[in-house]
Amino acid sequence: MLGWIDTIVQGVLLGGLYAMFAMGQSLIFGVMRLTNTAHGDFIILAAFGAFSLAAAVGLPAAAAPWLALGLMLPIAFAAGYGLQRAVLNRTLSHDPLPSLVVTFGVAIVIQNLLQEIYSADPRSIESGGLNTASVALGGGLAVGTLPLLIFVLAVAMAIGMQLLFDRTPIGRAFRAVSDDKDAAELMGLDHRHVYALATGIAFLLVAVAGTLHGMKTTVSPADGPALLLYAFEAVIIGGMGSFYGTLAGGIILGVTQAIGFRFDPGWGIWFGHIVFLAMLVFRPSGLFPKTR
Amino acid sequence: MALLATRKLEAFYGDFQALFGIDFEIERSEIVAVIGANGAGKSTFLKTVCGLLKAAREAVHFDGEPIGGLRPGRIVQRGIAMVPEGRRLFSSLSVEENLLMGAYARRSGPWNLATVYDLFPILKEKRATPSTALSGGQQQMVAIGRALMSNPRLLICDEISLGLAPIVVKEIYNALPRVCAGGLTVIVVEQDVGMAQLVSSRLYCMQEGRVTLTGPSGDLTREQISQAYFGV
Repeated sequence: MLGWIDTIVQGVLLGGLYAMFAMGQSLIFGVMRLTNTAHGDFIILAAFGAFSLAAAVGLPAAAAPWLALGLMLPIAFAAGYGLQRAVLNRTLSHDPLPSLVVTFGVAIVIQNLLQEIYSADPRSIESGGLNTASVALGGGLAVGTLPLLIFVLAVAMAIGMQLLFDRTPIGRAFRAVSDDKDAAELMGLDHRHVYALATGIAFLLVAVAGTLHGMKTTVSPADGPALLLYAFEAVIIGGMGSFYGTLAGGIILGVTQAIGFRFDPGWGIWFGHIVFLAMLVFRPSGLFPKTR
Repeated sequence: MALLATRKLEAFYGDFQALFGIDFEIERSEIVAVIGANGAGKSTFLKTVCGLLKAAREAVHFDGEPIGGLRPGRIVQRGIAMVPEGRRLFSSLSVEENLLMGAYARRSGPWNLATVYDLFPILKEKRATPSTALSGGQQQMVAIGRALMSNPRLLICDEISLGLAPIVVKEIYNALPRVCAGGLTVIVVEQDVGMAQLVSSRLYCMQEGRVTLTGPSGDLTREQISQAYFGV
């Protein structure tokens, strides 16, 4: 019995990481229907960026990754804003193909650039023992401190993003542009700017996800596509345009994978994909769809 | 000097020419109607004035300045607001949020949430309702209120009676005098010729991308209008 409880708890925590991967994707998809196939590679790029910055700041390992993340946030926002303004805005139309091809190309460029700079060796961001610390929950159950922190941050991200979307002028602009771009232009909104703000914010989330992923486990330049898949599955399971849905989608994916791993170490990932496919068949709009 | 004037205005959808040299003028505080059959170019004309379609810079003058082909956002900041055909409300926004979107251009003037709710009290009751849950007439009120929220100098109403029951149309047009009380200039596009003649002081009739008739609304006869409307 304890074994099952442990499995579910570990699955929920893993789901927090997946939800974190998915949050930026959910925002970009919700606002501009853009499927960013380079999303996973941007997370890996952020992980390597944090790795290099943490090494460069010359602080003890317990503090360096957090300062690195702090330094990376403004860079990430500017990069996201610039990428959308200079490249991605030009690919958006009723035809989804140009944006898919362009982001696919960006993914290849990032993977090869990282391979060139860092080689294919897996690396991890030194966190001064945080990645091996654990918290006892009582009854013989313990969870890792870092996975717990990631989960809490993922929940905070979901709440924060949902509030931003529902309650603030910028969130109102996101929804308006998503509903009817031309009508929003008539109100005086510049959709190119609104889209770029959305991507900038998404890249903030990507920077956090990448740094924590790099602290929790090892990363190598070719990891991106797998992360993209988890992020995408979490968004679809949860339903488009709802950040709580994305959180739930990530958790469902994490728990299913954990259950699969318990049956057989080779089954975890496969179990997650099965749930995703079942969702596509029986409830294609996801659990909590907000937008169509 | 006219508030809005177009000279030899042309518009294209790709290679297809939709407007052939439209000359149009509206004075301050005037209400002018544009009528014409489906496909006559009325909506194209409005889209070109609002910046949703490309135009030559000198072809459209607003308050003496050339504005043709500016981005819609720039044009609304100068004081032209549009109530688009089919209302085009933001479906995932509430009534109040839709109205607030209209204030995005940040122009100052008499219109704000309170004065719009004063004009259409039903909207205050439904302020938190999703805009899609309203009746057609109420949605049209939101669309008009949203346009007023930008405190325009020129209000353009595209087919506001389309798809509404006659009694609802009357209710909406009854609000027009209060809307214009502050000296607002209005262009009304209508398929209902009787209504257009009733509310406007002057009238333009369009056919196949050209102006075929213009004159004081009250003086034009049914025969003149039929001739200009259908070209028979």
